[in-house]
Amino acid sequence: MPSAAGTQAMSAPLLEVRQVTKAFGGLVALQDVSLAVWPGQIKGLIGPNGAGKTTLFNLITGILPPLRGDILFRGGSIVGLPPYRIADLGIARTFQNVQLFAGMTVLENVLVGFHRHMQGGLLDAAFRSPRMRREEREVRERALGLLEEFDLLRWAHEPVESLPFGRQRVVEVARAVAAAPILVLLDEPGAGLSGAEKVRLTQVIRKLCQDGVTVFLVEHDMELMMGLADEVAVLDHTVLIAEGPPAVIQSHPAVIAAYLGEAEPTHAP
Amino acid sequence: MKRLSSSTRAFLLAAALMVAIGWLEGARPGGLSLPRLTAGLVTLDLLIRAGVFTIILVGLNLLMGYAGQVSLGQAAFYGMGAFFSAILTVKTRNVGIPPALAGAWWWPWLVMGLGAVMVGGLAYLIGWVILRLRGHYLAMATLGLGIAVFIVLRENLGLPRLDLTGGFDGVVGIPRLRVGAYPLWPVHRYFLLVWAVALATVALGLNIVDSRLGRALRAIHHSQLAAETLGVDAPRYKAQIFATSAALASLAGSLYAHFQAAVVPATFGFVPSLELVLMSAVGGMASIWGAPLGALAVLLLEELLRTRLRLILPGTGGELEAVAFGLLLILVLLFWPRGLAGRVSGPLRRPTPARGAG
Repeated sequence: MPSAAGTQAMSAPLLEVRQVTKAFGGLVALQDVSLAVWPGQIKGLIGPNGAGKTTLFNLITGILPPLRGDILFRGGSIVGLPPYRIADLGIARTFQNVQLFAGMTVLENVLVGFHRHMQGGLLDAAFRSPRMRREEREVRERALGLLEEFDLLRWAHEPVESLPFGRQRVVEVARAVAAAPILVLLDEPGAGLSGAEKVRLTQVIRKLCQDGVTVFLVEHDMELMMGLADEVAVLDHTVLIAEGPPAVIQSHPAVIAAYLGEAEPTHAP
Repeated sequence: MKRLSSSTRAFLLAAALMVAIGWLEGARPGGLSLPRLTAGLVTLDLLIRAGVFTIILVGLNLLMGYAGQVSLGQAAFYGMGAFFSAILTVKTRNVGIPPALAGAWWWPWLVMGLGAVMVGGLAYLIGWVILRLRGHYLAMATLGLGIAVFIVLRENLGLPRLDLTGGFDGVVGIPRLRVGAYPLWPVHRYFLLVWAVALATVALGLNIVDSRLGRALRAIHHSQLAAETLGVDAPRYKAQIFATSAALASLAGSLYAHFQAAVVPATFGFVPSLELVLMSAVGGMASIWGAPLGALAVLLLEELLRTRLRLILPGTGGELEAVAFGLLLILVLLFWPRGLAGRVSGPLRRPTPARGAG
């Protein structure tokens, strides 16, 4: 079913992480990590807690600067750019601990996702210029369409914090999609979801991929990950220990030792 | 856009009310007047001050309630506007403005506009620097700014020879406003002008809240991180709204100066800045309608305590007023954390699933 892996030799990587190191004070979070995400693929990133997965996402989105190394998006370095500039290049993300805008409705949250595709500034807003009204109308329509696609329409005008947790995660994905990204980083989108919600999430991610969005995904649920990803990278204790198709990763000895094998008796104290 | 939203209705109602009050005070039919109808409590003077504060509070609410950036020095911009107007309409000779220009009816209006633009521009530059601070640090920085501006005004801008601000005594003899030959005075005309501007500001605020910029500001408030990863240039928007709030405060200051005809630095010190924050909180920070509500409620409460407390408890002085004032405010903030606007609009909204704001 996933076939993007076969085409990657011909194209350049969409995102390239080159020997990136990050430390918080004396605590090393990532060491010399290099990996690539190819256009059109669903790339997975797994690893035990504290392996540095979220840190890597924070480096890519410009929230934190790397200590050493470089990060390239479509061939250009994005290190040192502020987060909003990186977002403008076409990288959107969700957060492990859902970061929705409380006090705003579901629709308004998604409308913020459209921010970078809108023009209206302070004066347009204050005086309701015709240009701004038109833009507002168009974007609202598109946002409602998006909510329908994500099966969120009936909550459109509810305060976002009143939604069940699983739906809040979906809103966050919808908000990221509203930004029309080229690459979307999903940080544990399945955490805290029920079985049915996870099935829906899988469909949503597949649909994204079909629409031409490249997906980079951190996920703890191995089943979900193995069913979705074209390729998986494994972080363990700040170091990249393996990278490859899910089937290969599942049987990779280092991965079994570090991650999948956690529960095996050999690791018991 | 077809049906009248509740906000539009509230707006039309407020406008009609103000026109009615202006007419009543102008015509005084059958000896009726606002003070007589309200047992001396409500006067045009109080309403004009409420209108002036409304203009500042709309900006302050956008800044604090929506963008989540605390300012404890907003009276500084209010004072800058007031003194800008005062100096350029009274001390014209000290700054070398030809009498022909200073005598023109449109000169004070031009000064008012220029003041707002300049103060806004200055705030934009200041904002770039201090809005990088968050929480308490930002509050401290704006507090310092407020005190610094107060001292500069009190100390004659550091140029005693020019004597522009008049030091402690301020500037007196600020002219009334005119449109052509038509004076915006007696006071009921000025009242209508102030509230026309105040309601226009409310409309502006309502427009901003419900726009790309307004959503970006609210997003920054709740998660600057998430907002930025969606392409929101947070530092720029914060500086923009800081500048907008400063420009509105400056405009309010100019209107105040032409109303009182005299300005002194003490009106724009630290305590007035706190009073503004208080009005904002009482009215409801995260609401544009909270601006007029907060200004009116706090001024009315002050007036009520000043004139009535002595009737209930004879032989008490000003101290008890202050205590009662403080107590009432604590109660309001305890029980109505979203302010008066939250109380008023809550029951009007269509019911949402059981969960409230707590």
